[in-house]
Amino acid sequence: MTLPNGWEIVVGLEVHTELKTATKMFCGCANRFGAEPNTNVCPVCLGLPGSLPVLNVRAVDLAMAIGMALHCTIAPSTFHRKNYFYPDMPKDFQISQYDLPINKGGYLDLPDASRVSIERAHLEEDTGKSTHLGGSGRIHGADRSLVDYNRSGVPLVEIVSGPDIRSSSQARAYASELRGILIATGASDGRMEEGSMRIDANVSVRQADAEFGTRCEIKNLNSLRSLQRAIDYEAMRQVELIEAGGTVRQETRHWDEILGATSTMRIKEEADDYRYFREPDLVDLAPDQAWQDRIRSQLGPMPAQRRRELTARLTSATQAQLDAVEVVIDLGLDRLVNYAADGGADVSLALSRAANELAGGIEGVDRLTPEAFCATVLMEQRGELSSTQAKTVLGELLASGGDPHAIAGTMGFEQLSSDSLGETVDELIERHPDEWTRYREGDEKLAQFFIGQVMKATKGRANGKAVIAELQARR
Amino acid sequence: MSSSLRREDVAKVAQLARLSLSDDELDKFTEQLGQVLEHANDMGTLNLENVVATAHPFGLINVVRDDVVRPSLDRSEVLAMAPDARDGRFAVPRIMGEAP
Repeated sequence: MTLPNGWEIVVGLEVHTELKTATKMFCGCANRFGAEPNTNVCPVCLGLPGSLPVLNVRAVDLAMAIGMALHCTIAPSTFHRKNYFYPDMPKDFQISQYDLPINKGGYLDLPDASRVSIERAHLEEDTGKSTHLGGSGRIHGADRSLVDYNRSGVPLVEIVSGPDIRSSSQARAYASELRGILIATGASDGRMEEGSMRIDANVSVRQADAEFGTRCEIKNLNSLRSLQRAIDYEAMRQVELIEAGGTVRQETRHWDEILGATSTMRIKEEADDYRYFREPDLVDLAPDQAWQDRIRSQLGPMPAQRRRELTARLTSATQAQLDAVEVVIDLGLDRLVNYAADGGADVSLALSRAANELAGGIEGVDRLTPEAFCATVLMEQRGELSSTQAKTVLGELLASGGDPHAIAGTMGFEQLSSDSLGETVDELIERHPDEWTRYREGDEKLAQFFIGQVMKATKGRANGKAVIAELQARR
Repeated sequence: MSSSLRREDVAKVAQLARLSLSDDELDKFTEQLGQVLEHANDMGTLNLENVVATAHPFGLINVVRDDVVRPSLDRSEVLAMAPDARDGRFAVPRIMGEAP
């Protein structure tokens, strides 16, 4: 979307990601989504008097991994209490990092070659989850909110970008690339629908090169699509407001996915209304060089590099192939495609099977070994399996694992030998002389007719490409 | 210092801490808090140019624990501590909107 009359969108994003630790940030309760309410709670995460927090080392490892992947400086850091009254935090404060975050000053390069600066990526704890009951007041408890503290104290990293983003599509590209990085570092599963990655957008508008305008913070962006729509809506709202003689008020706004609109949630409090002060129960965090080096040595390649490497294997990639590369990188399937290609498989065939069949059955992908994937693609490539049969074998591998040759055998996918296929083709030509003549005279549609007849005669065991080869040899 | 602490500041701090103070109390606490701040202000008369701020007296850093799950509390025990509970959750007066 382009704004009218020379207006420009200015966006900075705050991305919260839950860390994939076994336990919470400051206590040994399990960090697990979907557990029965209030079953993963203890005196620390319930804020009971006398309890003391102790920092989870794995949360620090993952926070540093995120910082390193975003080219940040790992800095000595401290923890603060952010004080506010809201029942999602039983302590009435959230432990966060304030003026000294663990990661400072990095950047993220997007696929379109633009660069977005990262101001900081700091550690903090997540809050509990509240459910609001209906408000008729008649039913007992209808004026109540219910709180589950399983999420209270789950470790988070908040990644704050600079106000460098200039369009909603760039914001989406940033969030998508960042999500890929979070998954690649092992820090997050990137599941926006489960709330393990949440985005707030700071949106303002200005005339090109003028000073930044007053910004509004948009919350409740639960998908990349919502993010993009909300930014476009909010920027247009601000332009219309200013052009009608109004002024933008600094506030927090709520995105309503169904209405496709933002609305005021609350007027922004000043930062010091949270009365940040040092958390006296935690000491400073200052990972030494050896600790940092250990984390850095464990970092695998990031999506940008993997995308470059996979694309480089394709000779003149089509748009469809580039889209397939995105899917494969996003789901971490490039490992399988590269393995298959190294084993002699055709890259575009392996890519296509990964982006379609494997992506479609992604929950079973751990059952599929790289060797089995490579072997299946090779069997298809050599004509030992038709494409339909190869897809069926992959489906079976995703469902139960196993060996592709054995599966093909069990399913009766051993292909006809070329001799017996040739005999079948000869018989069919004899039986359908008119069709054969039309085919020889150039009516290509008749090839499909013969393939159909061969399939019928062989109960689907023939390979379509092999049939065409036989037909052409006799033309 | 006491002269620079205004009654409005105390009222705001009280509001942020969800304390409701009477007019008399506001006067009293403005005076008392002012004295506390004045006392803290004595530090300003010292030459602290080469003194590093101390956040923790022991100088410890990097106190961490392993990422190992430990037993949580029993839910019925936890909810029994609350004034009200429903459906395995704490029930609190209805809250509007989202957390800050």
